[in-house]
Amino acid sequence: MSLKLSDGPLKTVLFAGAPWLFFVVLILLWELICQVFSLPVYVLPAPSAILEAFFQVDMSRWFMHLWATLRVALMGFGLSIVIAVPIAIAMMRSDLLQRTVYPLLVVIQSTPVVAVAPLIIVLMGSDDPSRVLITCLLTFFPIVVSTATGINETPPELIELSRSLDAPTRRETWQIRIPYAVPHIFSGLKVGITLAIIGAVVAEFVAAEQGLGYFIQFSTSFFRIPQAFAGLFFLAAVSLLLFKSVQWTQQIFFPWSLPKKQG
Amino acid sequence: MTGATDRSFVRLAGVGHRYDPNPAVPPAVTGIDLDIRRHEFVAVVGPSGCGKSTLLRMVSGLLTPSEGEVSVFGLPVTGPRDDVGIVFQKPTLLPWLTVRKNVLFPLKHKYGRYGRDDEKRADELLAMAGLEAFGSKMPDELSGGMQQRVGIVRALLLNPDILLMDEPFSALDAMTREQIGFDLLKIWEEQPKTVLFITHSIAEAVLLADRVLVMSSRPGTVLDMINIDLPRPRTQKTIAELRFSELTERLRKHIYEPEAV
Repeated sequence: MSLKLSDGPLKTVLFAGAPWLFFVVLILLWELICQVFSLPVYVLPAPSAILEAFFQVDMSRWFMHLWATLRVALMGFGLSIVIAVPIAIAMMRSDLLQRTVYPLLVVIQSTPVVAVAPLIIVLMGSDDPSRVLITCLLTFFPIVVSTATGINETPPELIELSRSLDAPTRRETWQIRIPYAVPHIFSGLKVGITLAIIGAVVAEFVAAEQGLGYFIQFSTSFFRIPQAFAGLFFLAAVSLLLFKSVQWTQQIFFPWSLPKKQG
Repeated sequence: MTGATDRSFVRLAGVGHRYDPNPAVPPAVTGIDLDIRRHEFVAVVGPSGCGKSTLLRMVSGLLTPSEGEVSVFGLPVTGPRDDVGIVFQKPTLLPWLTVRKNVLFPLKHKYGRYGRDDEKRADELLAMAGLEAFGSKMPDELSGGMQQRVGIVRALLLNPDILLMDEPFSALDAMTREQIGFDLLKIWEEQPKTVLFITHSIAEAVLLADRVLVMSSRPGTVLDMINIDLPRPRTQKTIAELRFSELTERLRKHIYEPEAV
């Protein structure tokens, strides 16, 4: 038997649906293993058990936890954009800032956020602001680096064009350098948004009364393993959706910044 | 004295530049004397790294010569000037702007805005370059040759007296390159400019220019200045003329066996 299909509509459909098909096959395989070997739920719950656990939890409770995590993740992400982009621009403008601020950023980035999180909670209390700060610490570095890289990769000819026109530096920054950095900024944002979810969950692990991270921790401590898995899958789905939203934002508002398909 | 400005619109007097202050390192360019008449087309050829681009940047005012002086219309060049348009090796269009907005970009960038008249002028210039149908297209929808044409049109927007071209066609394939050369001549005949055209291609220099400046390799100096006495307008037929081959041969000798000349 050969895996090669003849060209035709069936092949096209299969190829387009391959990622989903592969996912479905994996889930079925998982279910099969659990059923055949009658694995206890605390070793590995079957997908059917996870789905059941998912629907046993009230939708309103899901939304409460989802909102708690999403709120912190998005605020932290937003804050890091607001901080990171101006820092990157300032570093591009001044060598002194680059020499002083950049090492500090590297130090912050190298410190494990998980280790710092309890300190932040102690200092700032276990409310949203400290959770947002924890998220922000995790997300802003990739955004600074990608923005700075993009700004520095502006073709030198365009800078010469700007100089030859004797244009103000402000316009050189806004009309040439920042738009040129857009593809790079978006690659930073894609990394940043997934880190934002991680940051929010880390913060919930340290101190929280709600949120998907808290929900998973809480479920495990009561040995509700299928429920914990349900929370985990929900979290992964949300994270994926956020990542996709960043991609869609780029596709809709900055289509020119996408890599060109080779024709 | 009126004749003096007529003879030399752009004047380079003993111009040179060194990037490295260490006197043991030869300067990039040294002792260049050149007088360009108004609306004259001068091409510069020479081996790679002979400082052709340095020369162009000194004329544009982007680079201050470390020896000698560049003057335009009798006034020394001290910085970037309004009456200079630059065309680069790559089209360097902004990928997020339409072709028309790219052409208008120098105005937008210099003054922050442009008016109806400017838009009309941009459309006229695009039409002159045969690009009237492409104003609302994005740059990546155009071929390399068309993009470079947009680059030329952009340089013409502010109606500069001087057009500086830094190997503008070197990224194009041979056929496109020849065609765009003729297009440039057509534009130049319609809107006369003083052109300083840097190129690697001897044939291109002979085909386009009134005079060709031959530079030596590092340090870049003037080896020879050759008058191209081919009649204008120049066309495909020019390439077939005997005089064309004689001139390219003479230039080639300079570049490949400078000692023999």
